[in-house]
Amino acid sequence: MKLLYFAWVRQKTGVAEEDVNPPETLRDVAGLIDWLSARGPGYAAAFENLKLIRAAVDQEHVPFTASIAGAKEVAFFPPVTGG
Amino acid sequence: MIHVQTEDFDIGDEVAALTQGRSDIGAVVTFSGIVRDVALELEHYPGMTERELARIEAEAQTRWKLQASLIIHRIGKLAPGDNIVLVITASAHRGDAFAAAEFLMDYLKTRAPFWKREGEKWVEAKASDDEAASRWDNKKGG
Repeated sequence: MKLLYFAWVRQKTGVAEEDVNPPETLRDVAGLIDWLSARGPGYAAAFENLKLIRAAVDQEHVPFTASIAGAKEVAFFPPVTGG
Repeated sequence: MIHVQTEDFDIGDEVAALTQGRSDIGAVVTFSGIVRDVALELEHYPGMTERELARIEAEAQTRWKLQASLIIHRIGKLAPGDNIVLVITASAHRGDAFAAAEFLMDYLKTRAPFWKREGEKWVEAKASDDEAASRWDNKKGG
C-alpha cells in the first residue's frame, strides 16, 4: 500500500510517500492512523489532532471509518486551502 | 475542462476559446481569484486534484444546464497580484452560469486538494468556506 502525506502532515512525518505493509487486521482508515502513530514521534505528532486530518483512499475523500481493504493509495493531509 | 498548471492564464483568451464557434451560449460567467497581500506557494496532490476537480465539474453539470465550463488552478510560487484560479461557466441563460460558477468555487475551496503556504506558515482552512459549500447540500440547482 502506498501512503502519501501533504503539507504540514508531510513535514511532520518527514516523508512525502512510502510503501507499507500494514497488518491484515487493520480494517479502516482509523486503524491505519493508530498503526502509523505508533511508528515514531513524527507520525505521532502528525496524527496528534485528528480534527485537522483529512484522508483519501485511492484519490477520493473518505471518512476515517472507510475501509482500506484493497486500497492501493491512502493519503493524509490537512483541510484543503486552494482557490 | 480542468487545467492544473504553473503558468498564468488570460481570462479573455480562455473565454474566447470556450465560446468560439458556439451559437448555443448566451451567458458566460467568469470568476478569477487573485493573490492578495502575501506571496504564496501552492502544493497539490497530483492525480487526485485533477480527479476531484473533474468530479466537481461533473456535479455542476448535473445540477445546472451548462453548455461549457472550465476550471484552471495554478500551483507553485505566486506573488501578490498573480492569478490563482479561474472558473468559467457558459449557459444559454445567465441563471445557470451564475449559480454554477459559485458552486464550483465553493466546492473547489473545500474539496480540491490544494494547500497554500505563506513563507513557512501553512494557511489554515476557514469554517466560512465549509459553510459556503454546505448551502448547496440540499439544493438541486437553478
